[in-house]
Amino acid sequence: MDISLTLIAQQLVAGVSLGSIYVLVGVGLSLIFGLLTIVNFAHGALFMVGAYVGTYVFLKTGNFWLCLVAVPLATGFIGLVAERLLIRPLYGRGPDYPLLLTFGLAYVLMDVVRMLFGVQGERFDTPEALQGAVDIGVGMFPLYRLVLIAFTAALMLALWLFIEKTRFGLIIRAGARDAQVLRVLGIDVSRVWLAIFGLGSALAGLAGLLAAPMRGVSPEMGIPVLVEAFVITVVGGMGSLGGAIAAGLLLGIVVSMTTLFQPEMAELSMFALMALTLIVKPQGLFGRKGLLS
Amino acid sequence: MSGQRSAFFRTGADWAARHRAAATTLVLALFPLIFPFHTLAINILLFGLFAAGYNLTFGYTGKLSFGHAAFFGGGAYGCGILIANYDVHWALAIAGGILLGGLIALVIGLLATRTRGIYFAMITLALAQCVYFVFFHAASLTGGDNGLRGVNVVRVELGPLQINLLNPLAKYYFMLGLVGVAVWALARILRSPFGAVLEAVRENEGRARACGVNIEATRLLSLVISGMVCALAGALNAINLSTVAIDSLSYQTSGLAMMLTLLGGMGTFFGPFVGSAVFLGIEHIVTGYTERWQLIVGIVFIVLVLFFPKGIWGTILQRYAK
Repeated sequence: MDISLTLIAQQLVAGVSLGSIYVLVGVGLSLIFGLLTIVNFAHGALFMVGAYVGTYVFLKTGNFWLCLVAVPLATGFIGLVAERLLIRPLYGRGPDYPLLLTFGLAYVLMDVVRMLFGVQGERFDTPEALQGAVDIGVGMFPLYRLVLIAFTAALMLALWLFIEKTRFGLIIRAGARDAQVLRVLGIDVSRVWLAIFGLGSALAGLAGLLAAPMRGVSPEMGIPVLVEAFVITVVGGMGSLGGAIAAGLLLGIVVSMTTLFQPEMAELSMFALMALTLIVKPQGLFGRKGLLS
Repeated sequence: MSGQRSAFFRTGADWAARHRAAATTLVLALFPLIFPFHTLAINILLFGLFAAGYNLTFGYTGKLSFGHAAFFGGGAYGCGILIANYDVHWALAIAGGILLGGLIALVIGLLATRTRGIYFAMITLALAQCVYFVFFHAASLTGGDNGLRGVNVVRVELGPLQINLLNPLAKYYFMLGLVGVAVWALARILRSPFGAVLEAVRENEGRARACGVNIEATRLLSLVISGMVCALAGALNAINLSTVAIDSLSYQTSGLAMMLTLLGGMGTFFGPFVGSAVFLGIEHIVTGYTERWQLIVGIVFIVLVLFFPKGIWGTILQRYAK
């Protein structure tokens, strides 16, 4: 096979667009973990629910922009309800119980979707306005994937501004460092945690919607995503948003490049990356040493 | 009169508590005599062993693993490939399966013990998924998506004794012979100083470290032993079904071990078998009526975690202790 520089450059952009999905998934998971110290095993299922809600809204209205609003609202709401009713009673009972509970929640979400939409899965066509390809200097590239990269970048910028520049963002940063002090200062920490779990779930759903035109929609689509999100968290460092972004993009590029040279190794490449991180830098690229040991 | 009976009961319970392996094997030996569905009984026996192996990691060492499917499936494929593709004797094939499962546990454990805390759950899940992909892609050896067929062991000869595995009851007692050995080994390990160290690490890592315990090595060894027990369960399951499905490596299989252990009672010796009997029994009945079994599993998971974390056997033991 003739592998030219153009092809590599194209595959690089494809990797970044794949990585954009990883970033959205990873940031949501990291946000929840950073504050609540919960590994949300229902994250992949929320990703899947987001894709299904998007498919449904798009089928009914034909408006993709409406989906971009409806999906995060829907999965965010599921997250809020789950935190308030199921996870909050478990605080103070050890870190394993929320994991087991969200694992069970994933089963429930998956089977409810099977019940409502059937087991065979759906197609989600790229919205017409975003079809086609544009010249990006190294050849033609699908417009949808470029929009995806831009959208993710804008969203991450907004999230960064929100966390760094607003009062609520200040509370989040303080909560990630020491929730006890925050409580002493008279802030209702449980409400912050509720909001964060909702926000993380909304991001998971949004990622599912954006991935739907590339990956298709099925009840089991969340399982590999959960695994990918874990790999990102391990590589980037637990609870670090910067780490999740860097690791998400890195993972996208690694998988994309492996697909170019050795397609059958693509799935294994991310595990190799994770194993390498564990051997060389166990706390992850951006992880703090001793965090939550 | 009632005092006498309670004294009799107490003596029996004390004997069972002192000889946990013997008591467990005895109950399992009597089980098919009162339970007429022998094929289901074999499943309960094997998945009970799978959960008992899982319990060593989850209940006794206190590490929540989401990757035990890799050990179960590794044992199943290891044993199955040796029998189906190379016509190896069943005893050697089972040993091969245990070896493969232990090896997978060693590799996953070496990577997973490089970090601490909650990372363990994520890394075990991810690496078990990696094992799934490896076996899935090695289709020439494993049959890939179609699974491995032809793991046929029809007759077992033990000296003068001939066991016909086509008879479910005979197959049950053949499997019980091997399960009994594993149960005895587990009880022996838990009674040993090493078993005490495991529980010390679970209860207070810092204090155990201060006492000079090598935490990482302890956890690694516990995971490898746990992996070998689960691999035996997988190998026996391969012989039981004559096939190995790729699903035996899937994350639902890990979830099943977790579920059985939690339902029966984590950190209790007999709990996993109780969980296996109750869960598989209900599954057998319920799946006849509805396709929504996964939904029920999820809800049971949530209810157990919220309201019933000690499980069935754990609650019974707690009552008895009072």
